[in-house]
Amino acid sequence: MESDRTMEHYHMNLNLKVWRQPNSQTPGAFKLYRVENISSEMSFLEMFDVLNEQLIRDGEDPITFDHDCREGICGSCSMYINGKPHGPWAANTTCQLHMRAFHDGDTIVVEPWRANSFPVIKDLMVDRSAFDRIIQAGGYISVNTGNAVDGNSLPVPKDHADQAFAAAMCIGCGACVAACKNSSAMLFLSAKVSHLSLLPQGDPERSSRVVNMVAQMDKEGFGACTNTGACEATCPKEISIANIARLNKEYLLATLTAE
Amino acid sequence: MALKNVLTSSVGKKLVMGFTGIFLILFLVVHAGLNACIWANDGGEMFNKAAHFMGGNLVPRILEVGLFGGIFLHIIQGYLLTLDNRSKRSVGYAVDYSKGSKWYSRSMAILGTILLLFFILHWKHFWVPSRFTGIPEAKFYNGIEVHDVFALMKDTFSEAWVVIFYVISCAALGYHLAHGFQSAFKTIGIHNRRYHTMLSAVGMGFSIVIPTLFALMPISLYLGWIR
Ligand code: SF4
Ligand code: FES
Repeated sequence: MESDRTMEHYHMNLNLKVWRQPNSQTPGAFKLYRVENISSEMSFLEMFDVLNEQLIRDGEDPITFDHDCREGICGSCSMYINGKPHGPWAANTTCQLHMRAFHDGDTIVVEPWRANSFPVIKDLMVDRSAFDRIIQAGGYISVNTGNAVDGNSLPVPKDHADQAFAAAMCIGCGACVAACKNSSAMLFLSAKVSHLSLLPQGDPERSSRVVNMVAQMDKEGFGACTNTGACEATCPKEISIANIARLNKEYLLATLTAE
Repeated sequence: MALKNVLTSSVGKKLVMGFTGIFLILFLVVHAGLNACIWANDGGEMFNKAAHFMGGNLVPRILEVGLFGGIFLHIIQGYLLTLDNRSKRSVGYAVDYSKGSKWYSRSMAILGTILLLFFILHWKHFWVPSRFTGIPEAKFYNGIEVHDVFALMKDTFSEAWVVIFYVISCAALGYHLAHGFQSAFKTIGIHNRRYHTMLSAVGMGFSIVIPTLFALMPISLYLGWIR
């Protein structure tokens, strides 16, 4: 919302309802915290830093959460904030969510990504290695490295280049899975498949890639897409759901033509 | 790759839903077109003749077998898919993400269940008598004996609760189609953005027009708009 993005500086006191869970085996529960004098210019993660310092001072266990780049490119900062992955802003990651999205006295509910394929490691940190294994199943191209070839020796139609680039924007954050009622990883997978199958470098392994990656996705226990569109609506990189349709086409063609 | 693996994969399960869904969409067009004959307002003559043609001709009878196959595949696969998808998140959210999708997109199984209940009643009303138990009255058009399905329709829709249930089911069908129409085409792999826009628009139109047509049938007969 535009009004949330006001540049006017203010301070706020907030109530936080945060999911605490010691490990994947022990059930978790929400705990209430209060943070005071939070600047509207802080990022959401900085607000959590303040809370954690407070907890450490009080001799309590600080809240575990994933983060790395804090500039919206690594995909680590998995927090489900007030009923939406990465919080209220569209096309945004948790680390790029600023406190001006909230107001004095707000209660903010923070949960981890919830999907059986993303088990909670501790508190808000989940294990997303399932995504790594999906990539290992085919999200690459096999080339012998050598001298860089002349760019013009591989003609790529402009619209393919654009669509491949848009798909390559996926940062593997897992928000699509978290948002989906089916815990489906298809937006993520379709971004990877589209990115590579649209380019000549990805063409030789086009069929085996999609078949193997889908098989791995199913093995990891993600659900099947029903095109609700929740993934696209929450994706910080605005990956289009049209990629899922392309994934379906790629899969259908690959399985029909497989030996 | 074994066909079984294809059809039991997450993408394959969707493909089954998509292809059977499109087949059922086509059937709705035929069904609505046939039934629209009642509005000829000729005492059901045109409609009875059309129903006679469908019941007596070999091609529609063969298609009927395919139709039942398609319906049951769609229903069974739909329930299996829903149950399987539900099992993927054992601990739910305290605050659900409802803004990112339409309620009817998330409620396809519930809408489908209303439709299944409707089918059971609908088959009992029309399909079972026309195939098995027989329709008592007959009409003669040019010396040809034809079941008076129109009379059966008038009789069935003389009860208010039946009409209300049919209308509610048509609303459920509308919402089921509002999601299902465009979703089915995406599922079978149409990814061109221009077609998506077109299919969404056509799908919306379809999901309003067809269920409204169907709903008007029991209403017209109950209120005596046609005789
Ligand atoms: S598709 Fe979007 S939401 Fe899903 S992992 Fe990639 S960036 Fe995250
Ligand atoms: S911490 Fe890297 S994207 Fe948020």
